[in-house]
Amino acid sequence: MSLLELDDVTMSFGGLTAVDGVSFVVNPGEVFALVGPNGAGKSTIFNLVSRYCTPSGGDIRFESKSILGCAPHDIPRLGIARTFQNIELFEHATVLQNLLIGRHTHRRSNAISEILHLPGVRAEERRHRLAAERVIDFLDLQPHRESLILGLPYGVRKVVELGRALAVEPKLLLLDEPASGLSAEETDDVAFWIEDIRKVMGITVLMVEHDMGLVNAVSDRVLALADGRALAIGTPQEIQTDPVVIEAYIGLGDDEAGE
Amino acid sequence: MRILFKTSYDADLGLFAHRYQAFWYFLLLAGAAGLPFVMNDFWIGEVALMLIWAIAGMGLMLLVGHSGQPSLGHAAFMAVGAYTNVILQASLGLPFVVSFPLAGCAAALAGALLALPTARLHGIYLAIATLAVSILAEDGIVMLAPWTGGVSGIFAPDIKILGVGFNRYVNAPGFYWLTLGVAVLVVLGYRNILRSPLGRSLVAVRDSEISAQAIGVNLARTKAISFALSCGITGLAGALMGHFAGVFNHETFTIFLSITLLMMIVIGGLGSIHGAFLGAIVITFLPLAISIVREFLNERFGTASVMPPGIETAAFGAILIAFILLEPMGIYGRWIKIRTYFELFPFCRRDMFRRQRAYLKTGRIR
Repeated sequence: MSLLELDDVTMSFGGLTAVDGVSFVVNPGEVFALVGPNGAGKSTIFNLVSRYCTPSGGDIRFESKSILGCAPHDIPRLGIARTFQNIELFEHATVLQNLLIGRHTHRRSNAISEILHLPGVRAEERRHRLAAERVIDFLDLQPHRESLILGLPYGVRKVVELGRALAVEPKLLLLDEPASGLSAEETDDVAFWIEDIRKVMGITVLMVEHDMGLVNAVSDRVLALADGRALAIGTPQEIQTDPVVIEAYIGLGDDEAGE
Repeated sequence: MRILFKTSYDADLGLFAHRYQAFWYFLLLAGAAGLPFVMNDFWIGEVALMLIWAIAGMGLMLLVGHSGQPSLGHAAFMAVGAYTNVILQASLGLPFVVSFPLAGCAAALAGALLALPTARLHGIYLAIATLAVSILAEDGIVMLAPWTGGVSGIFAPDIKILGVGFNRYVNAPGFYWLTLGVAVLVVLGYRNILRSPLGRSLVAVRDSEISAQAIGVNLARTKAISFALSCGITGLAGALMGHFAGVFNHETFTIFLSITLLMMIVIGGLGSIHGAFLGAIVITFLPLAISIVREFLNERFGTASVMPPGIETAAFGAILIAFILLEPMGIYGRWIKIRTYFELFPFCRRDMFRRQRAYLKTGRIR
């Protein structure tokens, strides 16, 4: 059974068709990568799955149920968490608070019991904290636990955002360019974490990435997009040798030197 | 500098970071409770007024400082609290202990109703919408004259709890202790909100609506809750203000009151409970200080004829501008810097509090 299924999804903004009849299936337990040049529609697909946009045509199904009737804040409750291409953290809060906010879908207490701080609220807080601490241990964020986000360097913020998505304890994790702006060493870390997220935590990963080294290292299947259309789907090696993909990326091979 | 060694998660869940902090706050509370024994009735009245300002400030702080929703309409919610409280007592004969919480509930309901149509507004647009509410409220009070007394105003009956009177003039210490009790309860509730998932969802909405949604925060509902809580607390302050003033009409709760409240929390320091209290101290005692200085100058130099009127307003304006330019984090932010300087002495660096550059935010959808 497929986890996420896009069925002939089209998205137009006015006259511009950002996604044009794209269909693909993400299977449970795999790492699925979307690649393509700028403007290919990769981020739009993410925003469609997160329900920030409503597709002009087609259907998106998660665990065989259409999610088009859901509001954006219902999506994490279904088990889909995401990160953003340009980091979207809660800047005036600490790293720990950011991870704890990630636990929002697991909240069981109501506003009144929280204002009175009833014993049940405290017990629940301990559970949230335990979950957040597991994420901190997993991503080696211990030195930054109490730091405000606005004082942290870019690389750490990127990791915190991954951590916040993991704190949701999702079934499907959407990573929008997890390695953009990171150094080679940090990118290696991300590759290891994605492996562990899949193998140890059993979370399916759908990611957009430009770094083909990372895509080769971690992904099982790759979908190449260009101008909103699906070009080819297959293993990373198949995609990189596919003539259509090479043409879309590099242009027509009129001169042999244009590699 | 004190190094805290935490051995359980409960250490982060408590009201106080460590025992010494608890000791200082209890000392402060004991000192506040003992004030009537060392001050005369006039000064106790002023301190009670300061506490009322602080309660209203905490209400607005919850909305502006923690949920990031600006409001220029909080005078209207003070009015809702004040009038509901008095009308319930005068017309229905309810005792203060019943009418007071009901007044808070009425203001909370009004706030939630305002949040429904304004949930999609941000920043300056929300400020303008709430500004309109503040102006509407003044006219509304006049139009509802049969209940509110309109232009001629309404008398607040004396507070009686278990046969003890709490009139501000007859029993100034009693009224002060009552206000102090309410202020302490509001602080406790506020602290509980901040250390719970509710408080974190407010912060999430403030800092990034888009990722708040991505982790499952319902924006419209969270904004409605923040408005309800904020307006409810402000309504409680309004009810106390009604009893403090004794008699009030539509001119008590004008747009200038809303602006004063907002100014208060900016001067005090946005995003902290301390800020509400520090701002309240400035708002209450600056006019007193100015009038004392003015009298001194008049006596000494005979400047009564050349002293311009409205000097308080000018002073407030100048102080607000100075804070926004020089110390956007308010008095509390400055206090934290001073404290850090001494805690780390001599290792504090000048750029320790400089912000890292803000990284580009995701292009907003919508």
